[in-house]
Amino acid sequence: MKKLFILCLSFLFLTSCSSSVTPVDSGLEDQVFHFGNGSEPQGIDPHIVTGVPEHHILISLCEGLTIPNAFGDGNLPGAAQSWTVSDDGREYIFNLRNNGMWSNGDSVTAEDFVWSWKRILTASLGSQYPDMLYYLEGAYEYHNGLTDNFDDVGVKAVDKFTLKINLKAPTPFFLGLLSHYSTWPVHKETVLKHGSIDDRNGQWTRPGNFVCNGPFNLKSWELNNKIVVEKNPMYWDATEVRLNQIHFYPVSNVMTEDRMFRAGQLHVTSTLPSQKCPIYIEEKNPDLRIDPYMGQYFYRLNTENPALKDAKVRKALAYAIDKKLLVEKVTKCGQIPAYSFTPPGSNGYQPDTTIPFDPELAKQLLTDAGYSDENPFPKLEILFNTNEDHRKIALAVQQMWQQNLGIEVELVNQDWKVYLSREMVGDFQVSRAGWIGDYEDPNTFLDLMRPNRGNNKTGWEDFEYDLLIETANKTTDQEQRYELLKQAERILIDNMPVIPLYTYVRSYQLSSDVKGYNPHILDHHHPKFIYLERE
Amino acid sequence: MAIPVLLAVASLTFFLVKLAPGGPFDADKAVSPQVLKNLNEAYNLNATEWEQYVDYMSGIIRGDFGPSFRFPGRSVSEMIATGLPITFELAFYSILIALLIGVSSGVLAALKRNTYLDFIPMAIAMIGICVPTFLMGPLLVLIFGINLELLPVSGWGQLPGDKLLPSITLGFAYAAYIARLSRGGMLEVLNQDFIRTARSKGLSERNVVIKHAMQGGLIPVVSFLGPAIAGLLAGSFVVETIFQIPGLGRFYVEAAFNRDYTMILGTTIFFSAMIVFFNLLSDLAAMWLNPRSRDA
Repeated sequence: MKKLFILCLSFLFLTSCSSSVTPVDSGLEDQVFHFGNGSEPQGIDPHIVTGVPEHHILISLCEGLTIPNAFGDGNLPGAAQSWTVSDDGREYIFNLRNNGMWSNGDSVTAEDFVWSWKRILTASLGSQYPDMLYYLEGAYEYHNGLTDNFDDVGVKAVDKFTLKINLKAPTPFFLGLLSHYSTWPVHKETVLKHGSIDDRNGQWTRPGNFVCNGPFNLKSWELNNKIVVEKNPMYWDATEVRLNQIHFYPVSNVMTEDRMFRAGQLHVTSTLPSQKCPIYIEEKNPDLRIDPYMGQYFYRLNTENPALKDAKVRKALAYAIDKKLLVEKVTKCGQIPAYSFTPPGSNGYQPDTTIPFDPELAKQLLTDAGYSDENPFPKLEILFNTNEDHRKIALAVQQMWQQNLGIEVELVNQDWKVYLSREMVGDFQVSRAGWIGDYEDPNTFLDLMRPNRGNNKTGWEDFEYDLLIETANKTTDQEQRYELLKQAERILIDNMPVIPLYTYVRSYQLSSDVKGYNPHILDHHHPKFIYLERE
Repeated sequence: MAIPVLLAVASLTFFLVKLAPGGPFDADKAVSPQVLKNLNEAYNLNATEWEQYVDYMSGIIRGDFGPSFRFPGRSVSEMIATGLPITFELAFYSILIALLIGVSSGVLAALKRNTYLDFIPMAIAMIGICVPTFLMGPLLVLIFGINLELLPVSGWGQLPGDKLLPSITLGFAYAAYIARLSRGGMLEVLNQDFIRTARSKGLSERNVVIKHAMQGGLIPVVSFLGPAIAGLLAGSFVVETIFQIPGLGRFYVEAAFNRDYTMILGTTIFFSAMIVFFNLLSDLAAMWLNPRSRDA
């Protein structure tokens, strides 16, 4: 017994001799990229998953018709080498590559896309992103059981390598939608070998089974530990791919991730501990990256709540918040004060709304709404999910509303799922929210606030706003379209069902060895442009 | 007795998780009612609570804990089987470290009562009890991982030495308890007549301590080990998170946050079984060590 005890401890200590060569150092020589990926991915079935960590892995494994442009706006050809759009903007013809191949050597055909899109629109699959394809003729109807004939859906294989898509209306951001993984193809034979078209639990995504058409192949997957992908020699552009492997680590604790980066175990982190960001900025940390990001942090106001029914009250609350102070003294990581709901510069769109910080005007608006010392404004509640950063922001807003408007504010933090369910049933007055664009177009934000949209959650509806967006999305002229969207945004800000607080930035740490990891507004980084080199 | 206990735990947990607000498919991007209906259909959540309960219980009797809601394509049994060996290994090394430090310092403190060799280990033990693992872990990482660059800061079995810091972090907290328990147990035994008799017979102090005193003096430690091992298995979440260890603890806690019903149930039932088993084991070991109960 004693011997066994000593043996075990000796084993533990003997395996403790640390090597001075870190994974970042050895990765440089072998072109192995160590990637901090936030949390354990739900899976890697592009039609089932919903998160950002899943996107990071999928962009290395599968390829849609287009890929994000690492060097600017818009998209580059992906599985499709070219495309044409009809004059009315409703018909797209995609010419697929003759040399496009699945990782098992099969050709990527137009029929593969038709079947894949049929799969995501199959209701019993329970995909959470079918609405990405609702812009196609007949897609909504097929998904909602109004027709069971997939031939009614506007996607057809004209021949082996030609895909024809018919849209309900000209959708100027349609190409942008294609960079979302829900529109990417899956290998029909592989999916069907391990289950049916609507099987959520099929084993086709396991290492050894997984087949897709991206630059990398799934090598191994250790739950909660790491996912390894290796270069796919069958990829049509394999000669351009310089990385040999990517190791994705699901590090959900930001402090652990920060320590791993500092110890040379990661080339890139998924994020940054918020308290460290101002320190790294002050220290001029060369590994710190703060990139533009198409996301907005805002407060939702429940317009069905008696206290918040009046737009004057909502505007008073908005005008009493000093956003500049909020980003300079609270968030402190390069965030940009928001004066519109859409982040400025989304695919060239520049909203022209303003939300002034004007305590006097705010007070006046509250008085105009009928509140005074004799009839004080009722106590207000800010709901947020339990998180230290959200608490700090809510505390600052609480202070500003108390100081500038004399309103008593209570902060309520809830577990994530409780917070979501309360928001969903409208059991809140003010709730914190964030939205990251799904594609590079202002519509990904403005569509949110249309009536009957599940993510509106404020109870606000304005049919002029709705009509303007609908008209804009039928307009092929981009300048004219943006003008319509600006008009809609003015209506939104004038009614203030949401108070935009700041535009997100992507703050993270990146080793100087990593090249080609260029800033991207949607944080999409195609791995074929990334390589490792030490200067 | 163990089976009714586990059935009661399973039944109670089944209804408690359903009472918690929020569901497994609630997400920042709200799903449409049609999609939600489809998802509920896929996981049998449209059936009545009673039907779901009967379905689930008949599944666990067959050894099927169902699919994870959070990770499509993964079964709960598979996920437990993946995380368990790692959590066991971490618990094993931690308990070894805890025993080595705890027993030696506790016995030493008892033998050298009211001297510095008593005060210093006991003071350290008190610190060990007071300092939580979420502080101890990052502190050790900062010193040995980042400043001295001696050991990796995270991982399990990937880099040489990556098992040492998590094992010490988790083991140190238990070493503190063991030190205090063994000191108390030893003090009680050392004052008893049979020890005096052993000494008067001319036995060496080493023999008196190891062969006679420790056998009785460490009974409290053995009784503590059962719940401690069960606690180590179920409570390693913090250390697993700090050191990025793919053990079962992380699945357990994250399942609760994600409302992954089947995963919560599976891990709760499993940990309950572990607690029942290790308590039984420590009772048997304590009985075997104690001559009075062994003879009875």
